[in-house]
Amino acid sequence: MKKIKNTAGLQTLRQTLLEAQDPEMPVVRVCLGPGCLALGAEKVARAFKSAVRNKKIKARVQPLIKGTGCHGFCSQGTLVSLSPANLFYVRVKPEDVAEIVATSLEQGRTVERLLYSDNGARYRSAAEIPFYRAQQKIILKNVGIIDPLDINDALMAGGYQSLAKVLTEMSPEEVLKTVEVSGLRGRGGGGFPTGYKWRRAADNARENPGPVYVIANGEEGDPGAFMDRSIMEGDPHKVIEGMIIGAYALGANQGYLFVRHEYPLAIHHFSIALRQARNRGLLGKNILGSGFDFDLQINRGAGAYVCGEETAIIASLEGRAGEPRTRPPYPAQEGLWGRPTVINNVETWANVPHIMEKGADWYTGLGVPHSTGTKIFSLVGKVKNTGLVEVPMGISLGALVEGIGGGVPGQTHFKAVQTGGPSGGIIPYELKEIFTDYHYHPEEFIAAKKEISVDFDSMAQTGSIMGGGGMIVMDDHDCVVDVARYFLRFLEEESCGKCLPCRLGLKGMLEFLNRFARGQGSPEDIDALESLGQALVDGSLCGLGRAAPNPVLTSIRFFRDEYLAHIVDHKCPAGVCRDLISYQIDPETCNGCGLCAQECPEACITGKKKKLFTIGQEACIRCGVCQDVCPVQAVQVA
Amino acid sequence: MALSLLLIYGEKSKMREILMKTRPQDLDSILENYPRRPQHLIGVLQDVQAAFNYISPEHLARICDHVGVPVTQAWSVATFYKSFSLEPRGEHSIKVCLGTTCHLKGGERLAEACERDLGIERGQTTADQRFSLDTVKCVGACAEAPVVMVDEDYLGRASISSLKKEFKRR
Ligand SMILES: Cc1cc2nc3c(=O)[nH]c(=O)nc-3n(C[C@H](O)[C@H](O)[C@H](O)COP(=O)(O)O)c2cc1C
Ligand code: SF4
Ligand code: FES
Ligand code: FES
Repeated sequence: MKKIKNTAGLQTLRQTLLEAQDPEMPVVRVCLGPGCLALGAEKVARAFKSAVRNKKIKARVQPLIKGTGCHGFCSQGTLVSLSPANLFYVRVKPEDVAEIVATSLEQGRTVERLLYSDNGARYRSAAEIPFYRAQQKIILKNVGIIDPLDINDALMAGGYQSLAKVLTEMSPEEVLKTVEVSGLRGRGGGGFPTGYKWRRAADNARENPGPVYVIANGEEGDPGAFMDRSIMEGDPHKVIEGMIIGAYALGANQGYLFVRHEYPLAIHHFSIALRQARNRGLLGKNILGSGFDFDLQINRGAGAYVCGEETAIIASLEGRAGEPRTRPPYPAQEGLWGRPTVINNVETWANVPHIMEKGADWYTGLGVPHSTGTKIFSLVGKVKNTGLVEVPMGISLGALVEGIGGGVPGQTHFKAVQTGGPSGGIIPYELKEIFTDYHYHPEEFIAAKKEISVDFDSMAQTGSIMGGGGMIVMDDHDCVVDVARYFLRFLEEESCGKCLPCRLGLKGMLEFLNRFARGQGSPEDIDALESLGQALVDGSLCGLGRAAPNPVLTSIRFFRDEYLAHIVDHKCPAGVCRDLISYQIDPETCNGCGLCAQECPEACITGKKKKLFTIGQEACIRCGVCQDVCPVQAVQVA
Repeated sequence: MALSLLLIYGEKSKMREILMKTRPQDLDSILENYPRRPQHLIGVLQDVQAAFNYISPEHLARICDHVGVPVTQAWSVATFYKSFSLEPRGEHSIKVCLGTTCHLKGGERLAEACERDLGIERGQTTADQRFSLDTVKCVGACAEAPVVMVDEDYLGRASISSLKKEFKRR
């Protein structure tokens, strides 16, 4: 790979690459994102590869097989798209590959049964599907399209064009100003204005000359979100480009990609992307002949939620245990090795090249006044279309969950959505129709009433936060007491224990929740729990402790009745809390197959084959195995 | 560009090859990759964990010697992070996801079923050293919850019966 000497060289290379493309060349894109991998995408990709390798395809030109990052529509995985035919196949299994090869690649026809269909309509291409139509993909534009392991693919898609523009046409001050005016806010959860953070770091560096560092936060500790993972795996060069631009604005020569240990593919893709960028002269000394030096290094997180906190990341990078420290001083004042440091979330960095390319005015035109741009959400849980969506800020919650998400299977509406992970809260369905100033519905999904908008400030008004973008939809079979308890348990394990309110407070709160889940306690305990939560909010050192009571407090605020049902009536209305439910076999539905009796670990299910089976309640430990194995859903919760 | 051969990055043999290159199998070659400075402690520990599946007391002592930190500090780092193990781990690692989405979709039940099936608790290794069972907080495949990772494979929409089959297969 040849080094690119200057920006003109970058244009020439791009031109040459584009011209070398044969528009007739069939390209098969197989989604190798996390969701599709979990459904066996790797085997599908391998089947296509081997068909090509063994020259099994009788066509004029052999197709090119590309593995891509997450295409978004994970619930329909494995996704396979064909160009230039512009066909989009869903739920592809390895056994389907032969048919795709024979029908589409050799004869140019469509395999109808593999098209996405909904409500009687069939869709040939992704762009037509309502799930995609209502989205606006900017950050994710290339994810699912390009091969993340080939820098040429990124270059052809426009990668590093903004960098070239910045290095030749803009001063560091102009870059800073553009970010400030764009209104970009941090995507890592807090929504802190990025321009302001950069400005402070730049000012501090000027007053106190010496090295400056930039860091990308790819820890993504929110347990139910995979936005950052998809960007890092699917388009690593975008993050790298954003960081080089940021480093240029701040005068930094060294940066760090801090990536979660549980994301080995993201680490792998970054390491290849870095090597290719270096070989091309886009990273390292004298980038594109501009005289600006910058390099990046990957560091792996070692698996702790609190490590996603910025001062904890700095501690990890310095080789210490990832414990937060008090702020101020903020990293922009005293960060890595005591020097001004800018830490931004991966998605935040990925916004930067777009802002440079199209300008701050264009950017503020997306979204709503105080939350500009788009936001990526991982829409998961009890919703029909699970996956990754990118929408302008300010979209209505209904359009997001019910429109794009397709609503809750089998229910008229969702019970609540959980946003912001362990630091966020629970937003009940009823809040959806609370009027807020900014919001819009994409044409697809006009709602009857005004609805709450999804942006930083409106989300905060509900008591939750927008957070990193995890949006977990809950239905009537999800218990809020259980979810609150889940987050507390999570946080109690993850608290570093450095400060007392967090360590003891979380234990105390969890104790309450454990008792509620067993149907114990009194209504006054709910008030006591609330004030204990407040003590954590006031007394903890870092954001983990300060935000920890959020899921509990919001669930009490909106679902006090459900708490009372546990405590007073000793019932779990959702049928989740183990001590308050029993399993029963419905005699009408049971077909007497006996699978449950075979699998029951306590051997407390009795009956005769082909006759009715029953559960002995005394011995039952409510493990739920019978419910999972029953082929006819005869096991019900009472 | 040799690496563009890796179009299909899921291809495991290739992936292992690459990982092997970056993860040498003996301690000396791991240490060689790192300058003798305290900030490399975590990186070395991660490589040793990846290569040997655990960090033995002898290795810990040599690592400390190399990067120049007291054993007590390395100990506190190694025990702080969940990804390090100070005891030998099994041949296959089973990680049941207990992230929020997986929790809602029955991850806890799966974890318990694994415990019963393998006869160990989470965090433990079977007596024959075949399987280690752990829980993780989201592996980023939430759309297919509940998810279980068996070695490098993600199993989406996992069920008790699909897991049992998987254990037998290994
Ligand atoms: C307990 C805790 C966990 C956090 N985890 C993450 C994380 O996983 N990813 C992230 O980008 N920011 C996380 N943050 C926020 C970071 O501290 C920091 O604010 C952020 O990386 C700044 O980037 P941004 O301004 O681009 O959002 C966390 C904060 C706290 C208190
Ligand atoms: S608030 Fe909790 S996690 Fe944060 S420093 Fe204190 S003990 Fe550690
Ligand atoms: S992983 Fe394939 S669509 Fe998300
Ligand atoms: S919650 Fe299990 S993969 Fe995200």
